[in-house]
Amino acid sequence: MSILTVKNLKLQFGGLLAVDDLSFTVEKNSISSIIGPNGAGKTSVFNMITGFYRPTGGEIILDGDSLINKKPSKITSLGMARTFQNLRLFPNLSVLDNVKSGMHCRTKQTVWGALFRTKNQKTEEQLIEEVARECIDFVGIRKYTNRAAKNLPYGEQRYLEIARALATKPKIILLDEPAAGLNFEEKQYLINLIRRIRDEFNITVLMIEHDMALIKQISEHITVIDYGCKIAEGTPHEVLQDEKVIEAYLGKEDAV
Amino acid sequence: MKKFMKNKKQSLSLLIIVMLVLPFVLNIYWLDVLTFVLFYVVLAQGLNIVVGYTGLLDLGYAAFFAVGAYTTAILMTTFHWSFWLTLPVAFLFAVVAGVIVGAPTLRLRSDYLAIVTLGFGEIVRILAINLEITGSASGIYGIPRPTIGSYVLSTQKDFYYLILVVAILSIIIVYRLGNSRIGRAWVYIREDEDAAEAMGINRIRLKLLSYASGAVIGSFAGSVFAVKMTAIAPLSFSFQQSVMILLAVVLGGLGSIRGVVVGAALVIVLPEILRGVDDWRHLIFGVSLIVMMVFRPQGIWPAKHEADDEDDLEEDESKDKKQSVPV
Repeated sequence: MSILTVKNLKLQFGGLLAVDDLSFTVEKNSISSIIGPNGAGKTSVFNMITGFYRPTGGEIILDGDSLINKKPSKITSLGMARTFQNLRLFPNLSVLDNVKSGMHCRTKQTVWGALFRTKNQKTEEQLIEEVARECIDFVGIRKYTNRAAKNLPYGEQRYLEIARALATKPKIILLDEPAAGLNFEEKQYLINLIRRIRDEFNITVLMIEHDMALIKQISEHITVIDYGCKIAEGTPHEVLQDEKVIEAYLGKEDAV
Repeated sequence: MKKFMKNKKQSLSLLIIVMLVLPFVLNIYWLDVLTFVLFYVVLAQGLNIVVGYTGLLDLGYAAFFAVGAYTTAILMTTFHWSFWLTLPVAFLFAVVAGVIVGAPTLRLRSDYLAIVTLGFGEIVRILAINLEITGSASGIYGIPRPTIGSYVLSTQKDFYYLILVVAILSIIIVYRLGNSRIGRAWVYIREDEDAAEAMGINRIRLKLLSYASGAVIGSFAGSVFAVKMTAIAPLSFSFQQSVMILLAVVLGGLGSIRGVVVGAALVIVLPEILRGVDDWRHLIFGVSLIVMMVFRPQGIWPAKHEADDEDDLEEDESKDKKQSVPV
């Protein structure tokens, strides 16, 4: 069963066609990837799926809900979480406060509750903290709980962004180049983490990645795009043998 | 610092007792100064929501002060309402004014936003000068004294206590909002608007809420100001006023409740202390502000977002309760 369906997606910036007639589906509980050379339109696709760009045409459906013309915050509350290619943490806030942000769309206390400290408000605050701590533990950065996000080592900042996304209790999580800037050991840790996200939380993972070794290890399904068009899809094995892919992507880089 | 945290309750109650006793110690002049400090505490706390928490630069905040003052003044003089009944109306108008300034600025950032708010502040002031109902340039005078039962609030002390209550209320309001999911959402917007939106925070709604909340607190100060002064004029709601309130917030520490209280006190008291040096006082005040911002740009008492001591980095595993993180 597919959880995310993208149909004939198109994105035009003036005369530039960034994404052209792109269709793909993401199976529920899979770990899938979108790969492609620099400037192929991967991040644009992510930005359309998460509501940051408005597609020129096409359809995006998350578990039965159309995402077209919806605000990013609405899309997040429908069950889609994301991380950013260049970390977008709340730099001056503690790790705990960063992760608490994820629970915003899962809670509903108003000004009234905040001012009068109602019982519901207190229960909700407890819940927010519990979930946040659980997510922090899950990605393994507990010892930084009270540190400001900007003071964390780079790798831990990546994990923090994932923890924050998990706190929104998503159905699917979109990771934009999660391994960028990580060293070998950190990458191994990340691979394990992504697997655990899927296995323990039953969250579908869709990622953009450049690191072929990493993709080969964990991705079950790959969509390859180049110049905004899909040029191949399938298992890593199939895709990496595909001539068009080798030509467009691997031929130009010595990534393998 | 830790000791201070433990003694927080005591120091707070001590501070409140001192504030309650002060009117019996101070002469009428310093009592008046202190009353204005409290007005500024209220105003600066309100602006703290908008600028400190949400990070939206507002150069026209005095407009909300004006909305409160004029609403109360008009309702009490022309329509002979009781002071207490004018408050909810003033709040309502403030919310509307907050949304009016908020709505067109939602997509603007920093400098553009500052200019729009500046314009809004000027519009309100110019409206007050030109409308008949606001008494034109001479303003409104003869505003009646508020009453509690049969007691008429009329002395310096009465108004000192009234604004003290309002100040304490506004501090509680700002503190509680700041420590709720709404307050955190404001801070997320300040830190990174797009990331906040990606985390499911509806930035449009929350920015409007921020403007409206700040506006209500500003109008509260305005309403009390009207009955304390018994006369109000557009001069009190000038751009200069907006700047001084903003100064209190920045000087004290953006987003820091304690800092903003200290900032408000400094902004009012410092020029008074410097009265002795007469011609020099504005220069000295100005220079001390510059020195302050150069050497301590984060404010006198900045907001804390992470634990104080370095060593908790190591001993964490066993720790289960979080350090309190005051905003």
